[in-house]
Amino acid sequence: MSLTEIVRFALRGLSANKLRSALTMLGILIGVAAVILLVAVGNGSAQAIADRISALGTNTLTVMSTSRGTSGGGLTMKVADALDDPVLAPDVTSVSPVVNTSATLTYEGSDHDVGSFVGTTPGWFGASNFPVRTGALFTDDDEAQARRVVVIGQTVAEELFPGVDPIGRQVTAGGALFTVVGVLAGKSSSGFSDTNDTAVAPISAVRQVLAGYGTLSSILVEARDSDRVDAAESQIATILGQKMPAGSDGTTAYRIQNASQLLATQTETADTFTTLLGAVAAISLLVGGIGITNIMLVTVTERTREIGIRKALGAPRRVVLSQFLIEATLLSVIGGGLGVAAALIGSRFEVVGVRPVVVPSSVALALGVSVLIGLFFGGLPAARAARLRPIDALRYE
Amino acid sequence: MAGTRAVLDVRDVRKVYGAGETAVRALDGVTLQVGCGEYVAIMGSSGSGKSTLMNILGCLDIPSSGRYLLDGVDVSSLSDSQLALVRNRLIGFVFQSFNLIPRTSAVANVALPLAYSGMRAAERRRRAMFALDVVGLADRAEHEPNQLSGGQQQRVAVARALVTEPALLLADEPTGNLDSHATEDLLAVLDDLHAVGRTIVLITHEEEVGARADRLIRLLDGRVTSDVRRQHAGRHAAEAAGRNLVVSTAGARAA
Repeated sequence: MSLTEIVRFALRGLSANKLRSALTMLGILIGVAAVILLVAVGNGSAQAIADRISALGTNTLTVMSTSRGTSGGGLTMKVADALDDPVLAPDVTSVSPVVNTSATLTYEGSDHDVGSFVGTTPGWFGASNFPVRTGALFTDDDEAQARRVVVIGQTVAEELFPGVDPIGRQVTAGGALFTVVGVLAGKSSSGFSDTNDTAVAPISAVRQVLAGYGTLSSILVEARDSDRVDAAESQIATILGQKMPAGSDGTTAYRIQNASQLLATQTETADTFTTLLGAVAAISLLVGGIGITNIMLVTVTERTREIGIRKALGAPRRVVLSQFLIEATLLSVIGGGLGVAAALIGSRFEVVGVRPVVVPSSVALALGVSVLIGLFFGGLPAARAARLRPIDALRYE
Repeated sequence: MAGTRAVLDVRDVRKVYGAGETAVRALDGVTLQVGCGEYVAIMGSSGSGKSTLMNILGCLDIPSSGRYLLDGVDVSSLSDSQLALVRNRLIGFVFQSFNLIPRTSAVANVALPLAYSGMRAAERRRRAMFALDVVGLADRAEHEPNQLSGGQQQRVAVARALVTEPALLLADEPTGNLDSHATEDLLAVLDDLHAVGRTIVLITHEEEVGARADRLIRLLDGRVTSDVRRQHAGRHAAEAAGRNLVVSTAGARAA
């Protein structure tokens, strides 16, 4: 009996149980696609974080206070002014004090909760790599006069001013009117918070209206050059050491975040995330594999009688075994192939704000494992049944 | 009507299930010969060993001891693949429970043994259709087993058993699951096949079914207790019908 004939028998065997064949393939498909997609999402978010941090600029330093308290060693405007010292800190080009709060903006009855309402100085826009798209940024003069002007992010503009030019409109925040002077350019937003859901106003105005005159949230320091970041870091550390003495227990009162260090830490975190997703994917592959095993065992066991009939009609063991092996191969290869296709199509879409990046080794692993499971657990019981004497196979219930 | 050459030659065959104290002698030294063209019925009560004998005759099971020659070939010493060949070429088996492949059309079921013998698809189909025509089911060729009545399914099984032109047609309680009407239809088919010279061995526990055969062998506790040849008076009509079948079979073989 020729191979093409056996393949035709196998196809007929599969089409005789269309629903079961389809469900088996679906099981394999989901298992394979889940593994590939989950790993791709993990990998994609890791890359997105790296991209976002490098977009922030690697020549910035963020100074934050370690103590949550407001008194004593907190970050103050004085500290910020001290950092802007061309003699002691020659590698620092700009220093932007930042107060970060949340607020509800209201415009003509519609309101929007801004994720981050930032009060800062104009130097912040350059340091944080956030150019304006329409309108203008506020100026040093606005800052000095504590004018109530605000530059809003793209998300805020879309939420509050659908189809309206927001420039020159007045929004209410914390009971005070702010005039919108500009809209920031959209920034690639990845991860879980929307970077475009922001509003930026002069720090003096924000402290007056919203944040109060407590400590600053952070100070953004821009180094002259990305090569000089480390130099700038040690210079400002010296100044901070004088202005913010360490606590009685020896812990420093401040923390300096280096964007390149941040990048390394975040990448590490993202790798952990990928590993976690990989573990979830491995479990789903395992569960999928058990599903494949189960359905293959049931299929062959259920057809032991049929194997007996075929043997009684003179089918050699080789032909029976080949037929069942080909059926198992077709199911797992077609199911696995469809799973890969589904995963590749799925990876073209954003998943929870992350563009998945497919890892080739995950494709090979997922496909390999499910095809091997399908072949093994389809082939093994078929081999056992084909070895039975016809009378035993016929009596099998 | 018995031929000169023995199709079946069973010599002192024993079959023992289990071992030691609990051993059951299903067959306890059965010796019998069946000549070419004979129509033999094997009868016996439940537990007499008739099914075991049938399974051994059909090469579905192997005897514990003794020799069994099928068409001159000692099948007790054959390998698995040789046995598959013997089952395919020399034996046509009809089961009590029909044993058709589910969700597969009648004609595909009948053509299955031919596929295992390596015949081309077109020729397979032609022969399968002819075999279905012999049992009177040519118009049900595309029906699946669950669309056929019990009697029709059994006739499809008979067509499948005879499609390879085997030396021996074995039927294990072929009428066991059929009503009296379907039984009559099936026995008529067997009578016709006998009339065209087929060797038929069937086992049954129904006297009226056994009465149709030329030779009646009775088994009791794994031994042959009687072996009677009879001449039938009422078979002339069947033989007359059979002659037409001879002509058509010859025609099919020539084609």
